[in-house]
Amino acid sequence: MATGFHGVGAAVAALSSSPSNSFDSKKLLCSPRRSFPVRKGASFVADRSDGSVNLDLNPKARRAQQLIVNAVANKADSSPASSSSKPGHELLLFEALREGLEEEMDRDPRVCVMGEDVGHYGGSYKVTRGLAEKFGDLRVLDTPIAENSFTGMGIGAAMTGLRPVVEGMNMGFLLLAFNQISNNCGMLHYTSGGQFTIPIVIRGPGGVGRQLGAEHSQRLESYFQSIPGIQMVACSTPYNAKGLMKAAIRSENPVILFEHVLLYNLKERIPDEDYICNLEEAEMVRPGEHVTILTYSRMRYHVMQAAKTLVNKGYDPEVIDIRSLKPFDLHTIGNSVKKTHRVLIVEECMRTGGIGASLTAAITENFHDYLDTPIMCLSSQDVPTPYAGTLEEWTVVQPAQIVTAVEQLCK
Amino acid sequence: MATAFSAPKLAAQPFNTISPTSQHKPLISPTAASPFLGSTRKLLRLSSSSQLNLRRRSSGSVFAVSDIVKEKKSTSIPSLLITKEEGLELYEDMVLGRAFEDMCAQMYYRGKMFGFVHLYNGQEAISTGFIKLLKQQDSVVSTYRDHVHALSKGVPARAVMSELFGKTTGCCRGQGGSMHMFSSEHNLIGGFAFIGEGIPVATGAAFSSKYRREVLKEADCDHVTLAFFGDGTCNNGQFFECLNMAALWKLPIVFVVENNLWAIGMSHLRATSDPQIYKKGPAFGMPGVHVDGMDVLKVREVAKEAIARARRGEGPTLVECETYRFRGHSLADPDELRDPTEKAHYAARDPITALKKYLIENNLSGEAELKAIDKKIDELLEDAVEFADESPLPPRSQLLENVFADPKGFGIGPDGRYRCEDPKFTEGTAHV
Repeated sequence: MATGFHGVGAAVAALSSSPSNSFDSKKLLCSPRRSFPVRKGASFVADRSDGSVNLDLNPKARRAQQLIVNAVANKADSSPASSSSKPGHELLLFEALREGLEEEMDRDPRVCVMGEDVGHYGGSYKVTRGLAEKFGDLRVLDTPIAENSFTGMGIGAAMTGLRPVVEGMNMGFLLLAFNQISNNCGMLHYTSGGQFTIPIVIRGPGGVGRQLGAEHSQRLESYFQSIPGIQMVACSTPYNAKGLMKAAIRSENPVILFEHVLLYNLKERIPDEDYICNLEEAEMVRPGEHVTILTYSRMRYHVMQAAKTLVNKGYDPEVIDIRSLKPFDLHTIGNSVKKTHRVLIVEECMRTGGIGASLTAAITENFHDYLDTPIMCLSSQDVPTPYAGTLEEWTVVQPAQIVTAVEQLCK
Repeated sequence: MATAFSAPKLAAQPFNTISPTSQHKPLISPTAASPFLGSTRKLLRLSSSSQLNLRRRSSGSVFAVSDIVKEKKSTSIPSLLITKEEGLELYEDMVLGRAFEDMCAQMYYRGKMFGFVHLYNGQEAISTGFIKLLKQQDSVVSTYRDHVHALSKGVPARAVMSELFGKTTGCCRGQGGSMHMFSSEHNLIGGFAFIGEGIPVATGAAFSSKYRREVLKEADCDHVTLAFFGDGTCNNGQFFECLNMAALWKLPIVFVVENNLWAIGMSHLRATSDPQIYKKGPAFGMPGVHVDGMDVLKVREVAKEAIARARRGEGPTLVECETYRFRGHSLADPDELRDPTEKAHYAARDPITALKKYLIENNLSGEAELKAIDKKIDELLEDAVEFADESPLPPRSQLLENVFADPKGFGIGPDGRYRCEDPKFTEGTAHV
């Protein structure tokens, strides 16, 4: 990646050739987007979300920043030589979340955590491990099992000056908090005429895991997306997990941060310095020319695995991790559509009413003229996630299906 | 770090909210004379000593309020429950509440306000009795029957009336309406349309208060939160979940049940397995008190103790106020189910008439003075209606404001700029 781009303030990330992953998703404390003008009609200028400007990459340069990735969580990178020579520090995704949370709690004493088993137990996925010992039982509050009420309590606390981070032990449990999230979290700023702000962060692991059964494998982003007044983001790498966590806590809006059960052990090297990821922006994972693949969360890794196969077959997919599920970053997405004219959406939501469905509608509405072929959307099957491993595998989108879809799109 | 609190050891804290004689009364309809109507229970203050010690009221225990009044009357030197100033303040507040609601009904039938409007006639004693004891920094959380709570908390009648008319000068810029009264200045945190959903918010406000005191070290922060809700809500999960959390963490909150016996057309007795709601407090580790909600002085006495308890950091109290709404559930409710004798029974216990009688009988005030207050309120309301009438309707540009505190939340449009920078956004015509 370093060879192809020369950008203002763009971080230089060395590529690791080992199976463990480091991605070119780096971005320092974001400079305002608007300082980089978009030139209309010039299809070779792409306004990159990392602040650099891409000027007509030649194929050689493009291949140099090709990524080698695997579908899901990997074992740790065990080679000390590669670790010590690079700046920053390595950690796992759940540690990155914790680091972001801890830094924000250090920075602002009004930031507090509420949820089941977040305190003494350290969080069911260890995101809050050690925080209760450091900050005390009131700042890292172990709640009883009453999602609706403790989410509402978080909202009331947010309205009266605190900045709570509410954890749903599994995002599916937040279905019980739907009343509070829809009616109060999303709406009260408006119905109070702007008098009360609700700077709450609601986060938790969701998505299809390893045979967790139907109820623990839900994708709540599709249910929450219509609620006015909230923002939704999905993290997928340690870098953007920490960045999004911090940005969400600092935001004055209520933000729902979706994590994925299978991504918690991803390892990456992240910068030592303070940084946030813009809540409303998408992330360019792999620039390309032939087709735009839009994805988020765990499906990003299935897409990147399929990308390996596709590149070997001679295709050049552009992969964008949309990150912001609500609102969509139509600028990054639009620029990509204008370049490639073909769109494939790969998501873990169900086909009906999922994020992909909304995204298809948004792209069709805004960029219809730029499409050479109808948008293709790969989603999970509209079934309750089965327990059996084979059935579960067929419920979600697999890399082979992505390859087939791209081939079909590019015919 | 040390734990800030641990689960209360219930064994060491004796509760006795039910006097032995009426413990197992059968279910009877409220229209018949029963201990449930107008009865009060003895409440023992939670103390570290395990002795059941009925102490005099002056040391802080809460007694059955009718006993207090009886006690006071029987001593040789009559001492009143209120001073003249307090009495007039209470009277004025209740008259304001009543007159305002009557004006709302008029305005509704004249087509000035729409939707669901829920009036508070008959329940004024609870709002006045509790809220007039609060400081500005204390919070009040209400339900959809919130006009009078707003007025008692200090929100100007003009602002409330404008909000009901849907004008931009309303307390919520016309965006909330009858069921969503908010005021950050007066710490009125809603106004909620779904029953029960305000109780967790109130619990959160109380949590904030405790957090400020213990984590942010604002030593003098002793803000109390009052959560008002009805009998129907007491069968809702959020009620019980919050009773648990508030007692667990000793949050400075008072749960005030305005038991008017009816949830639209559902009688409390038909909906609740144990209709004595105050008994549910001790089940969670907090005192449960029953009080006659048609008598503002009794409500005030109980409120004083409950609020003081919360301020001292001793935790929540559940107060059940037996009351009645003179009108239907809302202005759309034909109110055909309720028995006229029941209505007559409670109409005879009108809290405003009762207070007026008390003031006059105890020489705290006279007819003329009270009539002057009535007139003053009438003029205030005429002014409020006029103000609301003349206020402008919200312009189109207001449509997209206040959806997000940070309007960047609308995202980035295809042209690379944030949508909120689009001029159509401020005009309210942008498509987001």
